[in-house]
Amino acid sequence: MMFLAAAGALIAAMVLALARAFAGPTVYDRILAVNHIGTQTVLLIAVMGFITGRPDFLDISLLYALINFVATIAVLRYVKRGRSTADKES
Amino acid sequence: MDAEARQGARQGRRAIDLYLNIILLVFVAATGIAAVWLRNLLASAMVLGIYSLLMASLWVVLDAVDVAFTEAAVGAGVTTVLMLLAIALTGRREKRARSRPWAPLAVSLATAGLLVYATLGMPAFGSADAPAQLHVAPYYLRHGEAETGVPNVVTSVLASYRGFDTLGEVTVIFTAGIGVLVLLGSASRRRRNSATPAKGDSA
Repeated sequence: MMFLAAAGALIAAMVLALARAFAGPTVYDRILAVNHIGTQTVLLIAVMGFITGRPDFLDISLLYALINFVATIAVLRYVKRGRSTADKES
Repeated sequence: MDAEARQGARQGRRAIDLYLNIILLVFVAATGIAAVWLRNLLASAMVLGIYSLLMASLWVVLDAVDVAFTEAAVGAGVTTVLMLLAIALTGRREKRARSRPWAPLAVSLATAGLLVYATLGMPAFGSADAPAQLHVAPYYLRHGEAETGVPNVVTSVLASYRGFDTLGEVTVIFTAGIGVLVLLGSASRRRRNSATPAKGDSA
């Protein structure tokens, strides 16, 4: 029951992050939203593992967390470089 | 009593799976539409990353953990970076289309309708007497570890039973990667070449 409530809360947080990703005026809002959705995915996989009685999903969610981090860093590096050279558009 | 409780738990789990599937599919559809809708290409690339993450969670709910992992690594990681590189070479805004693209829309809707129609003829999800479960899968499950020495069945099928198939796939991906590298490299070299003579002229 507790895990179900957690899953519901995660879904609600996902909805909020999706709204920010669709509406977000600047690029940084969207990067934050992507990172947030990645974190929600990690947590959702972990919670799903406990709901279905297979906690070995935890390893997979840890790997997801690593990928999420690397992708965010790559995007941020690109945005920083693009801002400093030619791109004036926000 | 115990069996009854276990059956109840299994039914509850199936209901949770169903609701999660519905919610995630709604999210996936919304992100797909948003990715097409947004004019800012950088935002579209970000939204496509979210799409991949949602698809990955959908695969996990469907118990395809290996597929989910590939989707998260390739879709959310590598593809986003490649998209960003492409945007850096072209431009951040999508040009407004001159004509309304009705014909492509009709073709994709027709294809989607055909695919949905085709799912009606498929066996139920996870049914034990589906053709896919009866053909070679029992053999792989029974003899896979003894014949290949790999404990993971998916790996034994990919790397041993379908080794040539995987080799072809790797060749295709390698060629595509080289093609992308050549495209990106030549574009940036051209930009550098066009930048340096201008500087020389002014000096």
